[in-house]
Amino acid sequence: MSMLHTVNKSPFERNALDSCIKHALPGSAILLIEDGVYAAIKGTAHEGMVRDSMANHSLYVLGPDLLARGMSPEQVIDGISVVDYGGFVDLAVNHDKVQSWL
Amino acid sequence: MAEPWEEEGPGTVKKFMYVNRKAPYGTIYALESLEVVLIAAAFEQDVSLAFLDDGVYELKKGQDTAGIGMKNFSPTYRALEGYDIEKLYVEAESLAERGLTEADLLVPVEVMSREALAKMMDEQDVILSF
Amino acid sequence: MKFGILINEGPYQHQASDSAYLFTKAAIEKGHEIFRVFFYNDGVNNGTRLAVPPQDDRNITVRWSELAQQHNIDMVICIAAAQRRGLLDEGEAKRQGKDANNIAPGFRISGLGQLIEAGIQCDRLVVFGD
Repeated sequence: MSMLHTVNKSPFERNALDSCIKHALPGSAILLIEDGVYAAIKGTAHEGMVRDSMANHSLYVLGPDLLARGMSPEQVIDGISVVDYGGFVDLAVNHDKVQSWL
Repeated sequence: MAEPWEEEGPGTVKKFMYVNRKAPYGTIYALESLEVVLIAAAFEQDVSLAFLDDGVYELKKGQDTAGIGMKNFSPTYRALEGYDIEKLYVEAESLAERGLTEADLLVPVEVMSREALAKMMDEQDVILSF
Repeated sequence: MKFGILINEGPYQHQASDSAYLFTKAAIEKGHEIFRVFFYNDGVNNGTRLAVPPQDDRNITVRWSELAQQHNIDMVICIAAAQRRGLLDEGEAKRQGKDANNIAPGFRISGLGQLIEAGIQCDRLVVFGD
């Protein structure tokens, strides 16, 4: 099994997602939560970085955090799965460890 | 009497990695992370510390906090060896990005590539970040 | 599956405690066990019973207390981090010569070893912080 990485920072504010992508081994999963969800939106300056990483990683975004910030699942980059907290738990179960990029 | 954490047998040894990505003093994370590591040493687990991103600044030589009225906790990194914590991994790319070299660090470490560190992270059982 | 939860940020200031709460609740609903919730760094402030948030807002501490009571969750506040930040139970208040204590129901104050133990005992340790 591989690792689940969580990122809770906007890519515009900190390098957490960038660093996570550079360290996450191919086949691992990245879940965007809290302010991290802004990275999942189409048409941002970081879309290229996110799309590139999708070649090697499965990307997820926490739906309740998206909606709270006025973003809808339709605005999410194709291929990023929207999950709820139950989905977050399942991701933690289905990967053998969780690393939080704080 | 067996301690509760020995239920799985006294031989239960997990690989714990403490990931340090934040600079010291601006926030308390580096100091309180180090305090966890000191306690962890008593549990006879396989402990390692990773320093990457701004975490490499924690190990910068010559820290002098007299002017900011805070405790200089950097000597504690040198004391880790006495706690049998000897696996200090520093990411080469993070050093280079900050114009630092191994000679700038206050304690002997193993400098490794981002790729090697990523593999090391993947081999852990528990990853703690603060 | 057995989960350990680490919360490194205080209530209201940061979403970490809210995220951890919703994760913990979802894990319980899916039939998983929460072995321990450990509060560290400013996360210890989640355990004060003296906070009075506006009535139309969530009461983060009460919410944790109720969840812990309903599901028999062990909620541990780190003693070293708590001492720094003025979070006291009755015993600590007496020991430190303080005139009051402020710990909320369902929380207990103990050492960092409880976090390491959670790392050893749990199948997954999930960290919520800044």
